[in-house]
Amino acid sequence: MAEKTRQIVIPGETICTGNEFLPGDGAYRDKTDIVANRYGIANVFEKHVKVTPVTGAYYPRRGNTMIATIVDITFNGWLLDFGGAGNAFLPVSEVSRYVNKNEMKEFLDFGESVIVKVWDVKARGVDASMKMRGFGKIEGGMILTVGPNKVPRIIGREGSMVKMIKDATGCNVTVGQNGKVWVSGNDTGMEVATKKIIEFITENATIAGLTAKVENFIKDMGLKNNKPEIIAENTDEDKATEEVEN
Amino acid sequence: MGEYVMPNLQREKIEEYLDEAGKRLDGRNANEHRVIIVEDDISPAAASAIRVKVGKTEVLCGVHLAPTTPYPDSPDEGTFMTGVELHPMASQQFDIGRPKINAIELGRVVDRGIRESGFIDFKGLCIEKGEKVWQVFVDIIAINDDGNLLDVSGIAALIALGRARMPVYNEEEGRAEHEFTTNGIPLNKKAMSLNMTFHQVGKTIVTDVSKEEEHISKFRVSIAIGDNDGKPRITAMQKGKAGTINVTAMQDVLKSAEETWKELFPKIKEYAFN
Amino acid sequence: MAEGLYTKRFDGRTFEECRPMTAKVGVVPSADGSASFETGDTKAIAVVRGPRTLHPQHMQNPRTGILRVSYGMMPFSVWDRIRPGPSRRSEEIGKVSEWALSSVVDLSGFPNTVVDVFIQIPKADAGTRVAGLNAAAMALAHAGLPMKEMLSAIAAGKADKTLLVDVDKAEEDFHDGEGATDIPLAITSRSKEIALLQLDGKISPEELTTSIEMAKKACDDILKVQMEALKNAGVQNG
Repeated sequence: MAEKTRQIVIPGETICTGNEFLPGDGAYRDKTDIVANRYGIANVFEKHVKVTPVTGAYYPRRGNTMIATIVDITFNGWLLDFGGAGNAFLPVSEVSRYVNKNEMKEFLDFGESVIVKVWDVKARGVDASMKMRGFGKIEGGMILTVGPNKVPRIIGREGSMVKMIKDATGCNVTVGQNGKVWVSGNDTGMEVATKKIIEFITENATIAGLTAKVENFIKDMGLKNNKPEIIAENTDEDKATEEVEN
Repeated sequence: MGEYVMPNLQREKIEEYLDEAGKRLDGRNANEHRVIIVEDDISPAAASAIRVKVGKTEVLCGVHLAPTTPYPDSPDEGTFMTGVELHPMASQQFDIGRPKINAIELGRVVDRGIRESGFIDFKGLCIEKGEKVWQVFVDIIAINDDGNLLDVSGIAALIALGRARMPVYNEEEGRAEHEFTTNGIPLNKKAMSLNMTFHQVGKTIVTDVSKEEEHISKFRVSIAIGDNDGKPRITAMQKGKAGTINVTAMQDVLKSAEETWKELFPKIKEYAFN
Repeated sequence: MAEGLYTKRFDGRTFEECRPMTAKVGVVPSADGSASFETGDTKAIAVVRGPRTLHPQHMQNPRTGILRVSYGMMPFSVWDRIRPGPSRRSEEIGKVSEWALSSVVDLSGFPNTVVDVFIQIPKADAGTRVAGLNAAAMALAHAGLPMKEMLSAIAAGKADKTLLVDVDKAEEDFHDGEGATDIPLAITSRSKEIALLQLDGKISPEELTTSIEMAKKACDDILKVQMEALKNAGVQNG
């Protein structure tokens, strides 16, 4: 029986009772009880119990897409601020082309931003890579900070929300799981409109029927759902966005 | 105490949109102030204690009065002190412990804006010449920093002072009772002066900066302006940050200051004395 | 039921009754977690920032993150203005609160980092450290940090011969007969163990045992308030 129940739980709260249940992330066993180990949404799926946080800081995980900014350059790589504890490290060997150690600054300078993939999380820090297609340096546009827990809402079911925003404003929208969103278009006015829509989503993330509300919000802004040509060309960004979904 | 990291592309976008469209990333015009929200009754033990929110920037401000001995050089005048705490709860960039220079400067700019305007009637705070006067404390605590804590603190101080009540004075024991009268504290309401801070971002002079704008601005100028029979009169100023001001920028600042003052000053008066 | 000089509470509560409580999470938008907890004229705000890398580096622990708790009363929270900044009292309360919260928070997944909890009191009518703990436990949960259980805290106490909970300032200042005894206690939500205990006054061991039982019952009521605030904040998230 593949029943699936969801409820908000607080630390120490019993989610379910029975030896057949298995505690996963954010849960532990106390005798026959499965207990929440953090505040969040409890998911019970085929006797597997986990608690997904709904608030709090970002913790990188292997395979995550992050939007990050260069804060330091070492002899063999770059240090990236991604809005979490500490910095991530991007080794010179993990970029798309060969970079001479003398020209690292020319390739990626202080304050420049990148889309990277998390390829390892160790006690000492996070290692990042941007060798794959769809990852690399980003230029122009703006970066919004929405927080990691709002990411699924911005993306929407199978990317539906992000697609709706793109269709309305013609801007590229790339969502990093670290709670940063890169918005880039031909016109700053449209980028600002995109920002407004995204802020509307984050402020109303807990409201039921969000999609319809966002639709109305877009309509009220006087934006039409016209599909811009730029999206079709830029499949790389689309790919990065898709990868954000679990 | 994380360093504030600002991506280059963000800085360029903010500057470009301001210089080309005169607009900001939150949709505001360059000289547009965020909405001010004031809440009362934060602490029943204070002469007044309020919460002021400007956008997501939030401070708590309390006024406290206590009898004290006057300074020898002004035996019939009360005293005044402003304290600003940039508490680490408000921002990743604030440290715990003794006030650092940013908090000290902020406190002094707010203090000067109030003190130099003559807003507080110091002689009215005299209880007995040479013996007892009221000491007025204004304490401001940052709760959330989303830019322009300087002006939000100043606004909070004015409103809190305007709403403060005199404590009941116990003459025999020379102390304040745990009780308030219905009277306000002695103020020269006409002398009230409002401190406003303007930053140059890109080439544009910006009012009520966001945290991002504050971070990338070249300089800031704080101007406290009072009402001289309907005309603005400057009562205190302070230039901050390392950038320099040219003639045009100075004119732009003064123009923005006058516009902002005309719009904001009546609102603050309303909040303080309604 | 009560014998002695304090037979009826000043504010009309029963002796087992807490003052009206309200709680809220998400009160400071820029924080990783935040909450407020109010009981009568006592209010606490707690803000959580972290985990973030701990500096200086020699303070780091490679085996676990470190919880750091600070407590402070706002200058205008009481009748006599409090000087801003740390005092001996505030440092001690910060430390005992840190021990209490460390007993439920697990930072082993975040080595070399620090999690800061800032507790601030905007208004005070006794019981500020326990209100601070109630807010802090909620703020830590709100920050999504691993916690094996919640924690609720109450000041139990005694006025003359009468045992009571949620002592207010007037009761704390009760001087007649045996005077006032103040017992701040924090109780973990699941194991029902004591995470903070201080005592100030005069009380027999039997009375203390009863006080602890009364505190546990009061903490059950507090937990409901904390739980409701957290559940309401996340209820439509699913």
